[in-house]
Amino acid sequence: MAINWYKYAAPASFYSLAGKMIPFFTIIAFGLLVAGLYIGFFVAPTDFQQGEAYRIIFIHVPAAWMSMFLYVVMAFWAGIGLAFNTRLSSMMATAIAPTGALFTFLALWTGSLWGKPMWGTWWVWDARLTSELILLFLYIGFMSLQAAIDDPRRADKAGAIIALVGVINIPIIYFSVQWWNTLHQGASVSVTQAPTMASTMLTGMMVMVFASWMYAIAVILKRVRVIILERESNTAWVAELRRKGAF
Amino acid sequence: MFFWVIQRDLLLAIRRRSDVLTTLFFFVIVVSLFPLSVGPEMNMLRTMAPGIVWVAALLASMLSLGRLFSNDYMDGTLEQMLLSPQSLSVLVLGKALAHWLVTGVPLVLMAPILGIQYDLPMDALFVLTISLLLGTPVLSLIGAIGAALTLGLRGGGVLISLLVLPLYIPVLIFGSGAVEANMAGVGHDAHLSLLGAFLLVSLVFAPWAAASSLRVSME
Amino acid sequence: MLHGVNLTCVRGDRRLFKEVNFTLEAGGLMQVNGPNGSGKTSLLRILCGLTSPAFGKITWRGETVRALDGQYYRDLTYIGHLTGTKDDLTALENLRISSALSGVQVTEKQARDALAHMGLVGRELLPAKVLSQGQRRRVALARLLVCNTTLWILDEPLAALDVAAVKLIQDLLEQHLQEGGMVVMTTHQDIDIAAVSTVQLQLA
Repeated sequence: MAINWYKYAAPASFYSLAGKMIPFFTIIAFGLLVAGLYIGFFVAPTDFQQGEAYRIIFIHVPAAWMSMFLYVVMAFWAGIGLAFNTRLSSMMATAIAPTGALFTFLALWTGSLWGKPMWGTWWVWDARLTSELILLFLYIGFMSLQAAIDDPRRADKAGAIIALVGVINIPIIYFSVQWWNTLHQGASVSVTQAPTMASTMLTGMMVMVFASWMYAIAVILKRVRVIILERESNTAWVAELRRKGAF
Repeated sequence: MFFWVIQRDLLLAIRRRSDVLTTLFFFVIVVSLFPLSVGPEMNMLRTMAPGIVWVAALLASMLSLGRLFSNDYMDGTLEQMLLSPQSLSVLVLGKALAHWLVTGVPLVLMAPILGIQYDLPMDALFVLTISLLLGTPVLSLIGAIGAALTLGLRGGGVLISLLVLPLYIPVLIFGSGAVEANMAGVGHDAHLSLLGAFLLVSLVFAPWAAASSLRVSME
Repeated sequence: MLHGVNLTCVRGDRRLFKEVNFTLEAGGLMQVNGPNGSGKTSLLRILCGLTSPAFGKITWRGETVRALDGQYYRDLTYIGHLTGTKDDLTALENLRISSALSGVQVTEKQARDALAHMGLVGRELLPAKVLSQGQRRRVALARLLVCNTTLWILDEPLAALDVAAVKLIQDLLEQHLQEGGMVVMTTHQDIDIAAVSTVQLQLA
């Protein structure tokens, strides 16, 4: 029994730790979101070239950054889980994927919204948008693979391999798409390229970046908690929680 | 032992010729569908040809990936391979190479004929063939990872395409790019060198990743 | 030589067996017994290193199997439920190729002799798909004649075999044990194999 307790200690203690951290991050995320949107929509001046449409960057840029960053973080945790057989890190990777995919989708969606007034079309095969689309495919691949495997241990390991293969490939894909784009003389204006950015614009954007960060942490912790409960559902400590009516 | 694996897979492919031919005919049919769907206008077809041939090659190579490990998985040969004193990566490399010889090489040989249907000039046909020659082994190698990960899963065939197709994108870009560059007269050397680089990188990493995937899937 | 220490196997949510301990010395036979679903095949797969146990370890000649890797597989022959016999290859090709995969090059003469010993004279060049279940198993077991390994792990080797073939395998195993080999096997048949030492492992 002693050895069992040791094995389950990590997820069990993390479960309660995460429970304490979630409200904290949620509140900060909400506060930053309100502040960032306020700056973005009311304080920041109208751009003299792009008019009001540029304000989409307050959502688009943080989303695009998060989408790429989260993939790397996901691959990192998945890799740790594969190398050291630590189950919590694999659960972390699984929890990150949907949030990463959400931000990727958001970046695509806002990019396309921005494209309509700027380029006159909803979609342009711009290098960044295309890379973002491929990133979405990679997230979907990771999630579908894990969903197709019943055995959680195999799902963790298989997911880790595909995430690591993906992370090695991302620079290659990005570079290929850049090359392809210049070869085909596609759109020359890219979404994030603002000629001169007023300092309030930059502030608003950074606030929104931090808001996304905090939101991502809160949501991922919440999801990890659910995954822990699911995986440990037949252990003593979960039974104890259930008895107390903690969830 | 590496050669035993290749020899065995080739022998099996010869005994089951129909499998090889289905992949090849799939390739031919897909390529032939495009003129029917977009119209027989020769100038347009000529510009589209490299992309069409390459996408069809991608799909054909991917379709046959399901068989790469699944037969050996079902009859227990894969267990024996895992228990071989030879490193599993070497055996996987052998299997990927055999897969390429059986599915990739026929595509490479067929491509110039299909290119003629699209009125590609002689030079471009040559570059198309070379680009496929360099690119299709990469498809087999990367595909081996996907095939190993989806081994024995329900819906494995569709899943494999989700996993593998995004990873094929660089090969697609530079493969068809080489032919387009040749036709545009801007030189195709850089494209082909990069394809060669992809081939080297995947020769080193893919067998290893696929071997780890197999161990995970066989647990 | 082969030690299992505190082996525990978990499949999904179910624990198949826990704290299995055993020691097998040269010339030793271990028969793994238990009803269907008690984890016999899982135990054999763990012994081969195909699956890792939830807890516990296996050592071979004093070193853990994980650390030995390829070295261990030079000493081991495993024949599972699925024998790895290819429908489209002939009996002869099947034997030669499966031996080659396990690191032993077999000449055509040796392979023909082994198949003849297993009572497959005249069937050498038939594709495996036209052979009967029992004959296919004989092809797979013919590997034991040419493999030169110390440790044999056999999952239900006697399934689908007729009386004559069972006798053949029994003699083969006894000879192997006499020469200092080791055998781990499962079987549902009553069979008495003479060995220097016999371990009966009962899984619940």
